[in-house]
Amino acid sequence: MGQTIIEKILSKHSGLTAKANDIVVAQVDFIMGQDGTSPLAIRAFENMDGKEVFDPQKVALVIDHSSPSPNDGVSALHKLMREFARSKGVHLYDIGEGVCHQVVPESGKVSPGSLVIGADSHTCTYGALNAFSTGVGSTDLAGGLVSGKMWFKVPETIKFVCRGKLPRGVYSKDLILYLIGNVTADGATYKATEFTGEAISCLSMDARFTISNMAIEMGAKAGLMEADDTTFTWLDRFSDTEFEPVKADLDATYAEIKEFDVSDLEPQIARPHTVDNVCPISEVVGTPINQAVLGTCTNGRLEDLRAAASILKNRKVHPDVRFVVAPASKLIYLEAMQDGTLQTLIEAGAAVVTPGCGPCVGTHNGVPSDGENVISTANRNFKGRMGNSKAFIYLGSPVTVAASAITGKITDPRDFIK
Amino acid sequence: MKFEGNTHKFGNDVNTDYIIAGRYKFKTLDMKELAKHVMEDLDPDFYHKINAGDFIVGGSNFGCGSSREQAPLAIKHADISAVLAKSFARIFYRNAINTGLPVVECDTDLIDAGDELEVDLAGGNVINKTKGQTIPAKPLPPVMIKILNDGGLAPHFKKYGGFNL
Repeated sequence: MGQTIIEKILSKHSGLTAKANDIVVAQVDFIMGQDGTSPLAIRAFENMDGKEVFDPQKVALVIDHSSPSPNDGVSALHKLMREFARSKGVHLYDIGEGVCHQVVPESGKVSPGSLVIGADSHTCTYGALNAFSTGVGSTDLAGGLVSGKMWFKVPETIKFVCRGKLPRGVYSKDLILYLIGNVTADGATYKATEFTGEAISCLSMDARFTISNMAIEMGAKAGLMEADDTTFTWLDRFSDTEFEPVKADLDATYAEIKEFDVSDLEPQIARPHTVDNVCPISEVVGTPINQAVLGTCTNGRLEDLRAAASILKNRKVHPDVRFVVAPASKLIYLEAMQDGTLQTLIEAGAAVVTPGCGPCVGTHNGVPSDGENVISTANRNFKGRMGNSKAFIYLGSPVTVAASAITGKITDPRDFIK
Repeated sequence: MKFEGNTHKFGNDVNTDYIIAGRYKFKTLDMKELAKHVMEDLDPDFYHKINAGDFIVGGSNFGCGSSREQAPLAIKHADISAVLAKSFARIFYRNAINTGLPVVECDTDLIDAGDELEVDLAGGNVINKTKGQTIPAKPLPPVMIKILNDGGLAPHFKKYGGFNL
């Protein structure tokens, strides 16, 4: 019987023939923790009588969520992480290095067929590299650090076949928002997803990461793609690891196959306060905004900054709008400086903050006030997400955020694209 | 394990940001302190409404969103004895078992706010004493029962030195 991508990866890492609903204990290739989850994982590691991590070369800790530290409580937890990393010989990405989900792929430690666990729900991002990567909690992370293994229930897979080509002004963010709206926030709970079809294969790696990143917003355990020339070119730059791409068998069994034609897709918006509250932008055009956010693990990559800059070139952010930009990594920050992208954004009125999670998680870097509307390229718009439960968060693509920042209200980016 | 208490009812898609907001969870490992803010963005007085042993009852997809283990821990340290929901988000479900917070999947449409419940984890049943009704619960997978019986994943590792599932 044929296997899905995740069944193949879990088979290889468990030494069994893994099929949906089996329980397997699998070898893990890489483990990541961030500053919201690692401190508890360190406590759990101690409670397990952990002495050394299973392989320091296969572990990274990242300080990105509250980075640099906004208060003494956070500072104490960052210190705990630095001391743990130093004593165990583990690499720690300190303030300014970037968001975990950008620095881990840039490190070259993830390649097709890899199995990665991360104590962050958006770890599913690396599925775009044909890897099974998934979010776990702190205690599971500690179990991985001690043993180099993790137990999994082999998930069923939903396959999304996306035909056609995204029209002008419509990006991979719009596509994934549309799909989440279609299947809802728990449409893929306990399941893996595979994204395939012409609309996916013609996307850049940056654009693909956006889609896999948000698989968790439909409840999925993984957001997988097949590897192709685009993947290989990207890996040539960042990784020297040998790998074997993993393709689904033609006779693999899927829980469901959903087909879409994206040729007529409009820009999409997720309205407050759930990510699946999605509508075409035309339904919310004109909604006033107070803050615009460009960045995060969803849309803080070079292509995203460039797309926003292409609209903001020779224009100004509306005087009533704060425009916060957080590049996803130091490398992206430098490249956006070198090619003039950052200059364009700053001249337009952007406040550029430290590479990292920026204002997405509500600890610093732009907490909105009561009753204010925010338009953001992030992946979550839950009430209180950005630090104020009386604010309203709308999610859209980088160009939608840029266009809205100019006008001060939610604006169809196609108005600015010739 | 058998628990008795009253119901605090919530809707569908209760995410981990609602259970414990990022503005609190990033700055402390003191779970008693975090417990004071549990569900605050849905009900600012929630912590003060809890009597030890009460239940949180949600709809579908309880615990969706981030991987923060502070979510089940804050619930546990607020003296909630178990969470009942029609379905749970995957990471929250694992985190709850790993940290020893009982989670029960059952038809929570049959439970209203204030109902008095009896939950028998071993027997797999929920008794709604207010309505005089027995609600069947979905049994935990054997792997999770093993971890829960060991007191969570950390005690399991302490006992066996690794996974012994």
